[in-house]
Amino acid sequence: MIRRWTTDIILVGPAAIALILFIFLPVLIVFVLAFTDYQFGASSANWVGIENFADLFGSDLGRKAITNTLLYAAIVIPTSVGLGLLVAVGLHSISKTLPRFSNALKAIYFLPVAATLVAMAVSWQMLMHPSLGLFNHWAVALGFSPVEWLTDQNTVLYSLAIIGVWQSVGYNMVLFLAGLTSIPDTLYDAAEVDGAQSGWSRFWLVTWPMLGPTTLFVLIVTAATAFRVFETVATMTRGGPAFASDTIVYALYREGFVYFKAGYASAITVVFFLALLLLTVIQLLVVERRVHYR
Amino acid sequence: MKLSNMIVLGLVSIGAAAVLLPFVWMLSISVKPHAEVFSTDISLFPRSPTLQNYWHAIAETDIPLYLMNGVIVTGGILVLQLLFTIPAAYALAHREFLGRKALFASVVAALLVPFHVTAIPVFIGFAEMKLLNTYTALIIPFTATAFGLFLLRQAFARIPAELIDAARIDGMSEMGIAWRVAFPLGMPTVIAFAIFSVTAHWNDLFWPLIATTDPDLATPPRGILFFRDEESGDDIGPLMAGATLVIAPLVIGFLLAQKRFTQGLASTGLKG
Repeated sequence: MIRRWTTDIILVGPAAIALILFIFLPVLIVFVLAFTDYQFGASSANWVGIENFADLFGSDLGRKAITNTLLYAAIVIPTSVGLGLLVAVGLHSISKTLPRFSNALKAIYFLPVAATLVAMAVSWQMLMHPSLGLFNHWAVALGFSPVEWLTDQNTVLYSLAIIGVWQSVGYNMVLFLAGLTSIPDTLYDAAEVDGAQSGWSRFWLVTWPMLGPTTLFVLIVTAATAFRVFETVATMTRGGPAFASDTIVYALYREGFVYFKAGYASAITVVFFLALLLLTVIQLLVVERRVHYR
Repeated sequence: MKLSNMIVLGLVSIGAAAVLLPFVWMLSISVKPHAEVFSTDISLFPRSPTLQNYWHAIAETDIPLYLMNGVIVTGGILVLQLLFTIPAAYALAHREFLGRKALFASVVAALLVPFHVTAIPVFIGFAEMKLLNTYTALIIPFTATAFGLFLLRQAFARIPAELIDAARIDGMSEMGIAWRVAFPLGMPTVIAFAIFSVTAHWNDLFWPLIATTDPDLATPPRGILFFRDEESGDDIGPLMAGATLVIAPLVIGFLLAQKRFTQGLASTGLKG
C-alpha cells in the first residue's frame, strides 16, 4: 500500500507541484494583488478595494487600451475567419484537379503561423517604412499620397490589424480544410439530386451548415488570439503614437514591468483573464451542444 | 480545366503572393548592399545580391549568441516538460490513485490559463529568489504544461490496458512502463507536442522581455529587438539577415515536415 502510494507520488508529484507553483498559486495571487496598490520591490502593500479596476475603466488611458483591443479584434476576427474560409473552400475545390499546387499554396498560407512573429514584424515595419518601404513606394507609383502606416494615430491600429489577419488566416484555413474534408461526398450527391445544381447553392445547402461547429471553434480561437495581441505592438509601435495602438496585454506589460505597478497590472490581468474565460464559456455552451450533428 | 477553377486558382494564388510578401521583402533586403537599401529607387527584388549582410550578422553581431540561447531555452523547456509530463500522463491514463480525478480536473482547468495571467506573481517569485536574468527564469515556469499533460494523457489512454498489464507481469517498474512502453507508443503525439512547444517558446517575446534584461541571455525574438534598437536604423541589411536566420530553423522544419507541423500547431486550439 505504502509502496503503491510512493509510486504514485513519484509519477505525478513533480507535475502536480509544478501546476500548483506556476499556475494555480500565481492565479490566486494575481486576483489578490489586483485589489492592492503593491509595487514591485515594495516591502508592503495596502488594500485598495476596486480602485485599480476603477482606474482601468475610468481613466482615458485604461479605456483606450480596452477599446483599441476590441477594435483590433473586431477587424481581425471577421476578416481572418472569412478569408480563412474562402481560401479553404478555394483550395479544397482545386485539391482534386491540382493536388500538388493546392498543397504548395496551403504551405504558403500556413507559413506565418510557424515564422517568428517578432522577426516578421521587423520586415512588416520595413514594408510600412515611410520613405524606404515598399507600400508607400507602390502607393506613390499608383498616384496615391504616402500613408503614415505606423505613425498616424488614426491608421496605426489598422496597420497592426493587417498583420494580425496575415498571421492567422493560414491557421483558420487549416481548421476549415479539416472541416471540409470531413463532409461526406454523399451529402453533395444527395443535394444535387434534390436540385442544387450550382456550386453556389450546394455551398449554402451542404457546406455552410456542415461547417457550423468548425466556424464557431475558429471564431473563438481567432478571438482569443486577437485579444492577446502583443508581439507586433511591442516590436513596431510600443503602443504609440500617443497610445493609439496600446492594447490590453501591452498595457499589462508596460504598467507591470516598465512602471512596476504590480497592483494595477494585476487588475488588467484579471480583466483580460475574465474576458478569455467568457470566450471559453461561450465555446463550451455553443460549440459542444452543436458538435454532435457532425 | 473549367473556367470557375481557373478563377479560383487565380484568386488563391494572389492571396498566397500577398502572404509571401513580407518573407520576400525580408529575404530581398537581407541580400541587398547597403546603398541599395537606402536608395530612393525602391524595388521588391535585389539588383546586385550579396551575402555581405549575413557575414556581418554572423561575425559582428550577437545574432549567433541569440540563436544559441534559443536552442538552450527551447531545448531546456522541452526536456523538462517531457520529464515531468510523461510519468504523470501515464499515471493519469493507466493507474488508479487517490485524487486522480481531481488532478485531471485541475489539468483541464489549467488549460484555461494563458501564461500572461501568471506572469506577475512568477516574476515576483523569481525576483525574491534572485533568479531573474538567468536561464532558470526563462525555462522553469514552463515545466508546468497543462496542455502537454492533457494531450499525452489522451494519447496514453488509447494504449490497451492488457499491454500495460503484460508489462507489469514481466516485472517492469511503473516508471519503466511510462518511459519504455507508453512513451514510444505515444510518439506521434509526443512529436506533435514537441513541435508545438519548440515553436511557442522559440517565438515567445512576452516572458523573455519580462524575465531578462541582460542581452547575453536574449532569446531570438528578444535579441532581434536588442539588435534593432542598437543599430538605430543604419544596419537594416544585417538586421534583416538576422531576422531571416531567426525564422529559418522553424520555416525549414515546417517545409520538411509539413504534416507533422500542421498537426502540432493546429491541434493546439486555444493554446495557440
